[in-house]
Amino acid sequence: MELRRGVAVSPGVAIGPAVVLGAEGYRIPKRFVKANAVDQELSRYRHAINDVCVEIGESEKLISERLGKQYGAIFAAHIALARDPKLTREIEELIGQKNYSAEFAVSRTFRSYAKTIQNLGDRYFAERASDLFDLEKRILRQLLDVRREELTQLTSPVIVLAHNLSPGETANLDTRYVLGFATEVGGKSSHTAILAGALELPAVVGMGDFLEEVEGGETVIIDGNHGVLILNPDEETLREYRESEKRFKSVSVRLAEMGSLEPVTRDGVRINIHGNIEFPEETVHCLERGADGIGLYRTEFLYLGTDKIPTEEVHYDAYTRVLKSFPDKPVVIRTLDLGAEKIPGSMKEEFGDVPNPALGLRSIRLSLMQNELFRPQLRAILRAAVHGDIRVMFPLVSTQFECRHARLLLGDVKEELEEEGIPFRGDIPVGMMVEVPSAAILADEFAQMVDFFSIGTNDLIQYTLAVDRANPAVANLYSAADPAILRILKTVLKAAQGAGIPASICGQMGSDPIFMPLLVGMGYRDVSVTPHSIPELKQVVRSLTIPVCEEIVRHVQTLDVARDIENYLRGQVKKICPELEI
Amino acid sequence: MIAMVVGREVTVALENGLHMAPASHVVDVARRTGCELLLRKGTTSVDGTSILDLLTLAAEKGSVLFVEARGERANEALEELEQLLTGRLGHR
Repeated sequence: MELRRGVAVSPGVAIGPAVVLGAEGYRIPKRFVKANAVDQELSRYRHAINDVCVEIGESEKLISERLGKQYGAIFAAHIALARDPKLTREIEELIGQKNYSAEFAVSRTFRSYAKTIQNLGDRYFAERASDLFDLEKRILRQLLDVRREELTQLTSPVIVLAHNLSPGETANLDTRYVLGFATEVGGKSSHTAILAGALELPAVVGMGDFLEEVEGGETVIIDGNHGVLILNPDEETLREYRESEKRFKSVSVRLAEMGSLEPVTRDGVRINIHGNIEFPEETVHCLERGADGIGLYRTEFLYLGTDKIPTEEVHYDAYTRVLKSFPDKPVVIRTLDLGAEKIPGSMKEEFGDVPNPALGLRSIRLSLMQNELFRPQLRAILRAAVHGDIRVMFPLVSTQFECRHARLLLGDVKEELEEEGIPFRGDIPVGMMVEVPSAAILADEFAQMVDFFSIGTNDLIQYTLAVDRANPAVANLYSAADPAILRILKTVLKAAQGAGIPASICGQMGSDPIFMPLLVGMGYRDVSVTPHSIPELKQVVRSLTIPVCEEIVRHVQTLDVARDIENYLRGQVKKICPELEI
Repeated sequence: MIAMVVGREVTVALENGLHMAPASHVVDVARRTGCELLLRKGTTSVDGTSILDLLTLAAEKGSVLFVEARGERANEALEELEQLLTGRLGHR
């Protein structure tokens, strides 16, 4: 038995056989195959090469059209390289005669050639080795992706173990069969983690290297409550965890019964708890738990897991489906919040690898620059608005100019719809995310320009504290309880109140019950949270009184270390709401 | 069918030598004409159908190659190779 720790991102316990997904990039999941699998391995290799050549051919076409034929020529060379007879012969020999896995054979052969070329001495030629590495990566990705596709053809329950799961991959996990997952990389607030919570899959991320020690098929336990993965559990541990799996399910059932209860403090103050969703299907989770509407619909998932930029109709369908579930409650649609490097098709080619995507062309910046991305979304929102209380929200606003520009485009789109005689509603509230320090600093100015604020604590914390939340080495610096963050929350609320507009919390901070008394004490009355946390948040709210919350705020102001503040808040919530497991 | 063998010396005039793009052109010539191509620099000779081999030749500008074509359309192939290596087909 071996116990490994990672970051707990989605609660629950899952027990089952492991499926090991090939690590991306250079780590090879399996080095050798059985003799009777050799033919299949050869055919995997040939398919991968074909697919890679098609892929390169598409890039060639795109770049030739955009930049001219001479730039496309390099891709023709890559195709020639992928189909190089000598290379092919060597790789196929390794697979066919030495039982190498396709991945291992590709990697071995490419690396040996890259080394030869690097040793040629001439600098220009030595650099060509990087073309080989590129191509190796492409082929490996193709081979591993094919393996990943097997995930869509599951017929029995499994636990997925992977180096990394992209948000798109996580979104496409078949929750009928995938019981939970653990990954080597990732942090508490990564999109993958957020999704795991949304899908209610027990998950642990940021485990560090462990894949090499696991074989597919062996029984593993994921303890999403404590961030633990157990490989090869002994009988006693298995028994304990089976018990805890049962217990967790019964607690969830009890909490779900709170669905019909209102989140009102003991002294009668109503707190609005909205749901954060990624897919229209999740409105079910929100309805079950009695959410006050959708406070954040993350529309970027319309762009992931597909190869095409979504059309206006795709947007419109998704929005109307959400509105159907919540016909008389607010539904806040956040416009595209992705980096250019994640957009399918040409954007990826053009804006691919940048050193700092978090500080790059993303979110509203991208939308304002690429009208063909933004306009269909705005049109769909305005059109869907005839079916309910839809609101639009712009992410990552960092300058007042951006805010004006986005509103201007919205106005343009209204005129366009008007002229085309398409039904829409133009008087929808327009809000913005406060998640960049510049927007928080100028909150009083911004409050004059929009109808509501929603504070995205995840990015706000990342940008304010300069911490990459997915980097385990610094993740401990990332805390919603940092005094700087609490100061910002106070300032932004004051600015909103001064302008008479509402402000809510939509980051993960809002979903964590330990912060609820603090937020209520500061004066926040709206949060938008992961659906599964709604019941326990209701339970906390129903145990609070405003004076107690205000006292908590006062005490927190005397503390200056994030960890002390978190511990104090945890203690308070335990005291106020002892039946809650936190 | 008469399989011809023709060969001659060519000095590489390409600014960056026989790099990826011209090398893939060589492979293309071999494929199109159905000829066997042999390129020799000093004591190393490589097969003109393998871009990898061509790269390992490290034929930079000014290097003298002995180029040999074998096949029905050997003359045509050799002619195109010479033009290619001397920078008359647009490669740099």
